[in-house]
Amino acid sequence: MEKIRYERPIIQKMNTGLMNKFGTRTEYEPVTHIESVPVKSLINNYGSPLFVISEKQIRRNYQNATRIFKTRYPKVQFAWSYKTNYMNAVCQVFHQEGSWAEVVSGFEYEKALGNGVPGNKIIFNGPDKTDEQLIKAARNNSLIHIDHYDELYSLIRLSEENKLKPRVAIRINMDTGIYPKWDRFGFNFENGQAWNAITRIINSECLDLVGLHCHIGTFMLSPAAYGVAATNLCELAWKIKEKYNKVIQYIDLGGGFPSANTLKGAYLPGSDTVPSIDQFADAITDVILGFGFKHEDLPLLILETGRALIDDAGYLLGTVLASKRLSDGRRATILDFGVNSLFTAFWYDHKVSPAQAFGNHTEEMILYGPLCMNIDIVRESITMPLLEKGNHLVVHKVGAYNMTQWMQFITLRPNIVMIDTENKTHVIRKAETLEYLEQNEQIPKHLKENPLK
Amino acid sequence: MKLKKNIATSEEGFIFNPGTGDSFSANPIGTDILSLLKEEKSLKSIVDTICAKYDVDQSQFEKDLDDFESQLKDNGILE
Repeated sequence: MEKIRYERPIIQKMNTGLMNKFGTRTEYEPVTHIESVPVKSLINNYGSPLFVISEKQIRRNYQNATRIFKTRYPKVQFAWSYKTNYMNAVCQVFHQEGSWAEVVSGFEYEKALGNGVPGNKIIFNGPDKTDEQLIKAARNNSLIHIDHYDELYSLIRLSEENKLKPRVAIRINMDTGIYPKWDRFGFNFENGQAWNAITRIINSECLDLVGLHCHIGTFMLSPAAYGVAATNLCELAWKIKEKYNKVIQYIDLGGGFPSANTLKGAYLPGSDTVPSIDQFADAITDVILGFGFKHEDLPLLILETGRALIDDAGYLLGTVLASKRLSDGRRATILDFGVNSLFTAFWYDHKVSPAQAFGNHTEEMILYGPLCMNIDIVRESITMPLLEKGNHLVVHKVGAYNMTQWMQFITLRPNIVMIDTENKTHVIRKAETLEYLEQNEQIPKHLKENPLK
Repeated sequence: MKLKKNIATSEEGFIFNPGTGDSFSANPIGTDILSLLKEEKSLKSIVDTICAKYDVDQSQFEKDLDDFESQLKDNGILE
């Protein structure tokens, strides 16, 4: 007689009057394949945990976003936000699609050059640029986005000393109705600081003001805020043309479009509440097109979209290490990845799916990572099938910020695999080893021995 | 592991505790264990019966049976 498929025994107390109008959410639809590659074979071949990136999905996202903007506005350029995911393979997919590079540090700048991005297609943002980096960017004809007066005056000095005329923009912060305001970056619009900086640049004669930049926040849920930002930048561009007869070549609205992840504390899932890219495109392009620029003076619209183009192309596969019950009776499932790998678990209630078929029974549980720390929680409460040691899980929408903000803490960082457009798999970053981790360590001579040896 | 005498169970996995008014549902294997407990079978006999019926090795089931026992205890179903 064939034996019945096993699941561990449970009983659940039946409660009445507690469900909300949407019923209970369950995440037990198994996800057995990423693109067409079985999760099981990915884990067998590359280990667990494992980050997986779908090249096909990146290209789909990019082509979709460019189509949305280019069908509304004639001059659009995306610049890949390196900090969102700077795996070289990921950057190259974006560059192959035509995206420039947007970097916020010297090392990201070098990475972009190393990826073959011409200097004049690199946007150098951020408050931390050394003199050497500024000179290099200026020589490469990169677009330097000035963040503060100290940087402005440094750049004027360096340009005079080195007889350079770098192409610059200023970053502008403003009140778009979103709080908290991101006023720590750039020059303020409302108090006239931005206009003063513009005047200083134009009067310096050694800087070429070519653009205006803003980045109003992150995971923005209000397209109207982008409309306000676009209006303010257009107003400045118009004023510059009127007063100095200088045409601003581009307006850069930065990034901040959300992905469909669910922010912690949100009542409804992100997939139901996050505005589409079309709504952001409408808000931005309606303003620029309606502002009254002559056709030949229409500025190039630059977008530094990161998260919305990569998040749903990334998956984290993992394995159940143990299942236990807490002192209050709640189920706790311990996974082989935690907040060290899945940094975004601090912000999101990630969708987590089992990677194999299950029965009909589900239970509410906490998903813990493997770290010896109380804060290592992947999901505080999730309804899942009855998970056992060795079961595999798939975490969705992890492409943004995890592979750059992950921590080498307690465990080593795992492999990252890319599934290409023909469903072939490639390791794009090897799992770390102890040797890799210790290669920069140095032990003083007097500490090389100990009596336990 | 001994069920309270007044606990009512059904073949479909419905459990009712008339002492507290609480009701519970069990999955099929949980229902099987409860019916074996009703028959006052020994732990060894429960393990043998379940391992013969389900595709599970003994050590895995023994671990899960411990866990099930604590669920029953927490919910006031055991003596």
